[in-house]
Amino acid sequence: MSKKIIFGVLLVVLSVVVILPLVSAEQAITLLNVSYDPTRELYQEFNAAFIKYWKGKTGQAVTIQQSHGGAAKQARAVIDGLEADVVTLALAYDIDEIATYKLLPADWQKRLANNSSPYTSTIVFLVRKGNPKKIKDWNDLVKPGISVITPNPKTSGGARWNYLAAWGYALKHNGNSQAKAKEFVTKLFKNVPVLDSGARGSTVTFVERGLGDVLLAWENEAFLAINELGKDKFEIVIPSLSILAEPPVTIVDKVVEKRGTRKIAEAYLQYLYTAEGQEIAAKHYYRPRLKAVAAKYAKQFPKVNLITIDEVFGGWQKAQQTHFSDGGTFDQIYQPQ
Amino acid sequence: MSVNVISKRENSPGYTPVGEPVGIQWLLTGIALLFVGVFLILPLVAIFGQAFAKGTAFYMAAISQPDTLAAIRLTLLTAFIAVPLNMVFGLAAAWAVARFDFRGKNFLITLIDIPFAISPVVSGLMYVLLFGRQSWLGPWLASVDLKIIFAVPGIVLATVLVTFPFIARELIPLMQAQGSEEEEAALVLGANGRQTFWRVTLPNIKWGLLYGVILCNARAMGEFGAVSVVSGHIRGLTNTIPLQVEILYNEYNFTAAFAVASLLALLALVTLAVKSAVEWKSVHLKQETGEIKNGNCNSECK
Repeated sequence: MSKKIIFGVLLVVLSVVVILPLVSAEQAITLLNVSYDPTRELYQEFNAAFIKYWKGKTGQAVTIQQSHGGAAKQARAVIDGLEADVVTLALAYDIDEIATYKLLPADWQKRLANNSSPYTSTIVFLVRKGNPKKIKDWNDLVKPGISVITPNPKTSGGARWNYLAAWGYALKHNGNSQAKAKEFVTKLFKNVPVLDSGARGSTVTFVERGLGDVLLAWENEAFLAINELGKDKFEIVIPSLSILAEPPVTIVDKVVEKRGTRKIAEAYLQYLYTAEGQEIAAKHYYRPRLKAVAAKYAKQFPKVNLITIDEVFGGWQKAQQTHFSDGGTFDQIYQPQ
Repeated sequence: MSVNVISKRENSPGYTPVGEPVGIQWLLTGIALLFVGVFLILPLVAIFGQAFAKGTAFYMAAISQPDTLAAIRLTLLTAFIAVPLNMVFGLAAAWAVARFDFRGKNFLITLIDIPFAISPVVSGLMYVLLFGRQSWLGPWLASVDLKIIFAVPGIVLATVLVTFPFIARELIPLMQAQGSEEEEAALVLGANGRQTFWRVTLPNIKWGLLYGVILCNARAMGEFGAVSVVSGHIRGLTNTIPLQVEILYNEYNFTAAFAVASLLALLALVTLAVKSAVEWKSVHLKQETGEIKNGNCNSECK
C-alpha cells in the first residue's frame, strides 16, 4: 500500500465530490423565499401548490427553497448577501431596511395590493389549559408573579407586534399618555424571563420546555401549537384589543435581475393573492384578504378589536425609530434578569 | 497526550496508586461514576430513546427525508474538505514550532489557539464582515458571481477556522518531546528531506496525528455556532446536520429531530471507539517495537 496512491485517490474523490454539485446545481430554475419564523408550514404547502400551478401553466419545472428565522435576522442576511428572490417577512420595516441598501426600490410596498400583504394576522395569548392564572387581557400580564414569554423585539417581527400591541393597549387606557404606556410595558417586560430570537423559538420555550404562564403569539402560531400538540394542553385568549399585523411580501430586484427570475418571482407572489393561495393561507390560520375565502373561513377567526400601526404609531419607520433602534424605548426599559 | 502517560503507567506491572484509604477511593470513584451517569449516559440514552419513540420505520423515514439527506451530504463534504486541509496545516505548524527557533514563535502558537479562544459566533460573523455583500470584497465577489457566505464555501471556511487548532495542538507537544535527533541522523546518513519526512517523522507522529484528525473530524461535523451564522438556513442546500436538528425540533418534529441528532451522537460514539482503539494500539506498539523501531522502518512506512 503506497501512500501516494491513497493520497491520489483521495484527491480525485475529493475534487469530484466538490465540483459535481456545483456543476449540476445550475441547471434547474430555483427560487429562494426568505421568510420569517412561523411561516414554515404555510410555505411548504404553498410552494408545492405553486410548483404544480407553474408546471401546468408554462411546462417549466421550478424548485423553491425556503429559509426561516427571526424577521430582522433574515433581513440582515439578505442585506449581507443571502440571494433571496422574494422576501416574505413579518413587517414592513424589515423590508424597508433592505431597501436602504438599494436591493429593492423604496416604494416597494405600493407594488402589490393591500400594502403588499396578501394575508394579515394579529397577536393573541396562548395560556395553559383551564387558564390557571386567569389571564384575560393585557393588564393581567403586568401583575406580579405572571411569567410572560415573548421573543426579542430586536430580532423578531412578531415580538415587535407584541410590544406595540401592549403599548397601544396602555395608551388607550391611560388617556394617550406615552409616559404611562412606557411604565406599563416596562412592568410587562419585568415579567419576561427569557427572550428567544424568533417567534418559533418562543413557542417551543412555552409549549415544549414548559416555561411561562402566557405566550404572546401570532394568531397562526397559537393555532398551530394547539393543533400540533393537543387541544387538551393549551387554550387561546383573545385580549380586548390587539394590533392588525400585515406581513408584507416583495421581490428583491437586485437578485431577480442578476438571476433572471423576475417573471417567475412575480408570478409566485401574485399566486398568494389568488383563491388557491388565499385558501392555503387561511388553512394555516393567516387571515385571508379575498372576500370569498374570508367568508368561508370566518368561523375559524375570532373577532378582535384591532388598532393599526399607522393610526397609533405613525407607521413603521417612526415606530422603529422610537421603540426598537439603539437607545430606543425598548433598550431603556429592558434589563436582562 | 497526558492520557497516554496515565494509561501507560496503569498498564505497567507493579503499579499501585498512591495510598488513599479504601473508603475515599470508593467515594471518589462513586462520585465520578454518578457524574458520568447523570451528565453523559442518561442524556445519550434519552436521545436514542426519543429517536426510536415512534419505531424503526419512522426513524428510517426521518433520516432518509430529502432535506435531511442533503444535510448529511453537506456535513460529510464539509468534514471531507476541512479535515485534510487542517491536517496539512497542523503538520506544517507543528513542524515549524517544534523543529525551529525563530522570533515570534510564541506569537504563532497564540495565533493557532485563537479559534479555541473566540466564540464560534464571532468566527462566523468575521466571514460575514469579510465576504458579505456590504463588505469591501462584496461588490467584486458579486461581479464575478462567486458566492462565499450563505453557500457551501462559507460553511467550509467557517468549519476550517473553528477546527483549525485541533491537529496542530495535538502534534506540537508530541514533536517537541520527541526532539529532532532521529531526523538529524537520517539526514547525516544521506536521506533527503522528503525521505526523512515519510520514513522518520511521519511514522513517529502518526498516532498523534490520527488522534488529532479524529478530534478535528468530530468537531467539524458537530459545529453549530459559526456555521449557523454563515449558512443562511436554506433547506436542502446550506443546512448541516446540527442545523437540520434545530429546524426539525422547531417544527414540532421532535422524534425526527432526535433521530437526526442520534446520527451525530452515533458519530461521537464511533469517534470515541476509534480514539480508544488508537490510544490502545499506540501504547502497545510503543511497548512492543520500542527498541526495534529506531532505524528500522516497519512495513507501514514503505
